[in-house]
Amino acid sequence: MDNSLLRINNLSSGYGDFQALFDVSFCLEKNSVLGLVGANGAGKTTLFKSILGLLPREKSMIQFQRQDIGHLSANKLAGLGIAMVPEGRRLFSSLSVYENLQIAADYGRKGYWTIERVFELFPILAEKQKMPSLSLSGGQQQMVAIGRALVANPEVILFDELSLGLAPTVVNDVYAAMPSIIESGISAILVEQDIERVRKISKNLVCMREGKIVLSGAASQFTKEQLTTAYFGE
Amino acid sequence: MILKSLPKKQIRVFLVLTLITIILASAPWWVSRADIRLLGEFYSFLALAVLWNLLAGYTGLISVGQQAFVGVGGYAMFIVTAKLGISPFLSVPISMLAAALIAGVFAPLLFRLNGAHFAIGTWVAAETISLCFFMVPELGGGAGMSLPTDVVKSIASSRAMREMTIYWLMLGLGLGTIFAVYALLLSKTGLALMALRDNEIAAASLGINIWKTKFVMYIAVAAATGAIGAVIFFQKLRISPESAFSLNDWTIIIIFIVVIGGIGKLEGAIVGTIVFFILRETLADYGVVYLIVLGVFAIIIMMFSRKGIWGMFEEKFKRSLLPVTREP
Repeated sequence: MDNSLLRINNLSSGYGDFQALFDVSFCLEKNSVLGLVGANGAGKTTLFKSILGLLPREKSMIQFQRQDIGHLSANKLAGLGIAMVPEGRRLFSSLSVYENLQIAADYGRKGYWTIERVFELFPILAEKQKMPSLSLSGGQQQMVAIGRALVANPEVILFDELSLGLAPTVVNDVYAAMPSIIESGISAILVEQDIERVRKISKNLVCMREGKIVLSGAASQFTKEQLTTAYFGE
Repeated sequence: MILKSLPKKQIRVFLVLTLITIILASAPWWVSRADIRLLGEFYSFLALAVLWNLLAGYTGLISVGQQAFVGVGGYAMFIVTAKLGISPFLSVPISMLAAALIAGVFAPLLFRLNGAHFAIGTWVAAETISLCFFMVPELGGGAGMSLPTDVVKSIASSRAMREMTIYWLMLGLGLGTIFAVYALLLSKTGLALMALRDNEIAAASLGINIWKTKFVMYIAVAAATGAIGAVIFFQKLRISPESAFSLNDWTIIIIFIVVIGGIGKLEGAIVGTIVFFILRETLADYGVVYLIVLGVFAIIIMMFSRKGIWGMFEEKFKRSLLPVTREP
């Protein structure tokens, strides 16, 4: 039985004349986490931008629930159920924590995740809901970014550099929420620099280098050495 | 129903605005005729400033071509009243439609541009429209035309009554624009506009249609600007391409008002209009010096408070006259 939710088929893309992705193919299964690792410049963020339609791609290069979606814009993809937690959070700086979540509730899909449920997941946000979003610490801002994506009730969340710039204890807090998110029926692609952490949480793993996939398969089948070699090259 | 769903402080704002409207509506009975004209002009600048602020400060569309819609609105009023014999009061919604239509034609082209290119594009579009009116001899060409006496008299039979009618129209448009924009900012769309201003990509990835939102705002602002244009030329009684499409009168001054008042804040446009009128009425007799003072004032404000006078006040006193914050 085909359990695929999001399928990337020979995706090639880039910035103008510069090609950054070369025939990238993989599949995200339903109710699972796919870890995407690679050094800086490997093409991970470019891949997310291509999926979201911020960079050129062809219709059949991306399939969601077996439908071609490579021609759709970011707002239409959000309607289908693809959300993103972008690198650097990108919160709405003039809005409060509550308003950042409210806008996702207004424009997103209806479902299990509500603002109240996000506050249960991250109780600190309930305490700080009236505060300007940018007055929060980096970890709390990351929680707002995750909460904002959740309130839109997506099928898939693309997490870009979830732990970037956060203290290790804060990263633990953020990752502690992941099981609840996956249990609610959301699948995720997780871009992360920390190979060990991503290997533990992911069902499948993809390693990229210089815009190409150099290793992919079940996360449990790879040793740390294999991953390190794929990550940095020979 | 709408009031019921609003927090108390926002209901208070609407009630205060209504009270101010009632007081100002009675002004013709206790203010001199010269001051009535001045107040009418104030309301028109206020409305233009609030609309430009909505466009630039909330939607991120920095237009320097809004004079196009003032001009189209003014000319549409002249055409339908003087040439087609339609009631001057009906000409206001027709002017709105005309301005919206022109905006609808240019928007798909202009929206291919961003930032400074968009700004220049709007300016070029406005100049093109202005030149088109220069070439129509039936509308007086470059010399323009006057509103025929019978049309002027159809507004109201006596001069005093006509001035009062125009005053009320301007008051309605000025404060009506504030009411409408405030209500918009309190709505779901208002929150989307603020999100879009802060981060377009993040807003789009939540399902907000950036192009459609900007397009609708651009058309709505153009339509409202067209209505204001029609009423401005009710008061002026004469129109020419130069006066109708004046970059200085309908855009540069408006940008000045919003920048000194505080861009991206509804209160900024109001404070800016008050400050501009105080400066203008105080310095108008000094000729060129007046313009130099305006320029220097704008530079000082931009250097020391990028958020304008209102931004400075808000930061210091943590107070908002027209709060748009949503609370749980």
